[in-house]
Amino acid sequence: MAERSETPEQTEFREHCRRWLAANRPEPTSFRLPQSPIEVMTEDQRVYLSAWQKKCYEAGLVGCDYPTEYGGGGHQGFQRIASMEMTRAAVPYLVNVIGLGMAAPTILHHGTEEQKKRFLPPLFSADEIWCQGFSEPGAGSDLASLTTFAARDGDQWVINGHKVWTSLAHFASWMILLARTARDHKYEGLTYFIVPIADTEGVTVRPLIKMTGETGFNEVLFEDLRIPDRLRVDAVGKGWTVAMTTLLHERGAAESAGGGGGESIESRIESLVDLARRTPRDGGTSWDDAALRDRIVKLAIRAEGLKQSQRRSRVEGLVDHPMRVPLQSKVLLSELLQDIAAVALEVEGMASTLYLGDERAPDGGKWPLAYMNSYGFTIAAGTSEIQRNILGERVLGLPKSK
Amino acid sequence: MAQPRDFGFGPEETMLRDSVRRFLDQKAPIDRIRALVAADHHAAYESPEPPARWDEGLWKDVVELGWTALAVPERAGGAGMKLVAVAALAEEIGRHAFPSPLLATLHATFVLAAASTAAANTWLGRIAAGDAASLAFAGENGSWESESVGVTAREEGDGVFLDGAAHYVLDARKSAFFVVAAKNAAGVGLHAVPSDAAGLSIVPDRIVDLTRDQARLVFRGVRIDRASIIAPPPSGGDALRRALPALLTIAAADIAGAAEWQLQTTVEYAKLRTQFDRPLGFFQAVKHPIVNMMLAIDETRSLVYNAAAAFDHEPERAEAFARMAKASASDTAAFCSSRSVQLHGGIGFTWESDLHLYFKRQLHSQFLFGDGILHRRKLAESM
Repeated sequence: MAERSETPEQTEFREHCRRWLAANRPEPTSFRLPQSPIEVMTEDQRVYLSAWQKKCYEAGLVGCDYPTEYGGGGHQGFQRIASMEMTRAAVPYLVNVIGLGMAAPTILHHGTEEQKKRFLPPLFSADEIWCQGFSEPGAGSDLASLTTFAARDGDQWVINGHKVWTSLAHFASWMILLARTARDHKYEGLTYFIVPIADTEGVTVRPLIKMTGETGFNEVLFEDLRIPDRLRVDAVGKGWTVAMTTLLHERGAAESAGGGGGESIESRIESLVDLARRTPRDGGTSWDDAALRDRIVKLAIRAEGLKQSQRRSRVEGLVDHPMRVPLQSKVLLSELLQDIAAVALEVEGMASTLYLGDERAPDGGKWPLAYMNSYGFTIAAGTSEIQRNILGERVLGLPKSK
Repeated sequence: MAQPRDFGFGPEETMLRDSVRRFLDQKAPIDRIRALVAADHHAAYESPEPPARWDEGLWKDVVELGWTALAVPERAGGAGMKLVAVAALAEEIGRHAFPSPLLATLHATFVLAAASTAAANTWLGRIAAGDAASLAFAGENGSWESESVGVTAREEGDGVFLDGAAHYVLDARKSAFFVVAAKNAAGVGLHAVPSDAAGLSIVPDRIVDLTRDQARLVFRGVRIDRASIIAPPPSGGDALRRALPALLTIAAADIAGAAEWQLQTTVEYAKLRTQFDRPLGFFQAVKHPIVNMMLAIDETRSLVYNAAAAFDHEPERAEAFARMAKASASDTAAFCSSRSVQLHGGIGFTWESDLHLYFKRQLHSQFLFGDGILHRRKLAESM
């Protein structure tokens, strides 16, 4: 069914996406795929997911709204449709999520012509994977206190420092890096760079083990890494402004970030209802328990609310402040995913103690895994607490908490 | 049928909403409302007859502006606007905690429109002409289900006679007539009963909310002529079921508007009031709950417009979406009331503050047509 305010071109594109996705659904894997692209651990997973993104790119489902001279499709309002259709078709997600969601829009807004031509096409095709180097051991929520230093040396920069929580770094060709170039100004002392990661002298990537027991993110150490000045993004000292562009996209609606694919919220709610219906409890099933049912329906209502808010944010007459609803997406989505997983554990009861690899674990142990991984989303990209500060300060005009 | 992406909320609806907001900002600011309903705490809760204070002059302006005719179908002399427009109107009524029978009249309008009989059209015409109306169908247990209807109808000669009681009738003492659900062996029928009908007693409830009145209607052989039978049994029950999503949506929109007032008022206070040499809003223990109020309101508001658009364009999903909206709204009402008073500290607990007017209105709205627990149970049954 076509959405009623689409242009004929958009409707035709939606049809194209549906036909193509129906005909090109990838073969299921013999190995387990991680629950989200930032958790990709093994080479098997990377190869499979990169091949899938490349196929989607060649079919015109990735980079649709970018100019053709940078490898994009040259359209408007196509990416949201492609992402929606990928999610609806429940195909695998696009692996280059940091590239698509954060590096590409930042390079498009702030990069040089040369950078756009060099970096965007292989980013869309997943020939080159990207990671992000913002957080440091001593700079989390207070990101601008970071100390990784880039010292100018003629036409080169020499970089020393330590970045953490870098998902995908073990596969990445490139990193978007926020580094200090002056010590006397907190915000104006930052500059934004693109740095090579794979097989690069002066770069060490070490896995960090998550509480789930999985790898998937890393720490990255820079020891006298030398890069040419042409890899600097925008002016020296403008790094904070450029980083805000990155974070705006990181925190914005996942559907328009060029993501798509993976498990939709609606299908997670359906899985939860299904789980409750088949989980024995107290002589009946978990679904027969009025208290559990109430919690599940509450989550279904929150999920519908989130969906309808994204819809409402595009209706001029129903928006008071342009950023009010868009800035809510990250905190709402991450907390909803967490609460869905938490209720799933309650639905399973004692069986929720069974984890990956236990043959009796319901759904292969995916719910305790999802619950633990959900903290990645409520912490990464600005914790829920930082998100509430941003909402209070930027939308409601409350005084800054610093 | 698909819903329009924009909920059907276009320039016309925006203009209507803005004009309603301007009018109420000007004619019904909060200080005027409080002078009207909360000038004196003795009068509010201890007068021999519970008060039902409203500005009848302002009501004439409201009728003049066409707000009562807004949802009346064109066939009955109204503007025939969609529920999305009515939801926007209800949001503004809630935002201003406006004491008037307007929402009760809109509820009655949607039930009459769903009945869609010649008699219904006649009474809709009276609403379009300025008569306020209210629904009388809740049973003693406060349930808005057809089974709970506590009024019986018996046919005798050329008329129908009503006996029994209808409970929790909104703004009863501001209404010119009632749309009364009454049952017989065939099911539930709907009847129009003027407020001065012989045999009808309007027994006021003492309620917490100062911006509404509420009453129990007692029927002792109230005679209904043929022209006032809006829907014979069992079609009255069907009309109520078809209209239910609109009633829930309007009640939820009222809550969303009132909650937005609670939010903005708390934000202003948190900017101005200083403690420990800082404005309250600096402290995250204050800031974050305020943000949570906003998150709750935006969920409710989005679900309200989705429910309205479903009623207008996708009737097969209207009931489920309306129950979601009212479930969300009821929780939002409770949460925003609680936080608005708590975050104001001592002043928020006083009669002098405006907060209690909204706190009490929200408390009433939370349970009107069923609370979150009820609607979530109904949703679960349909899943």
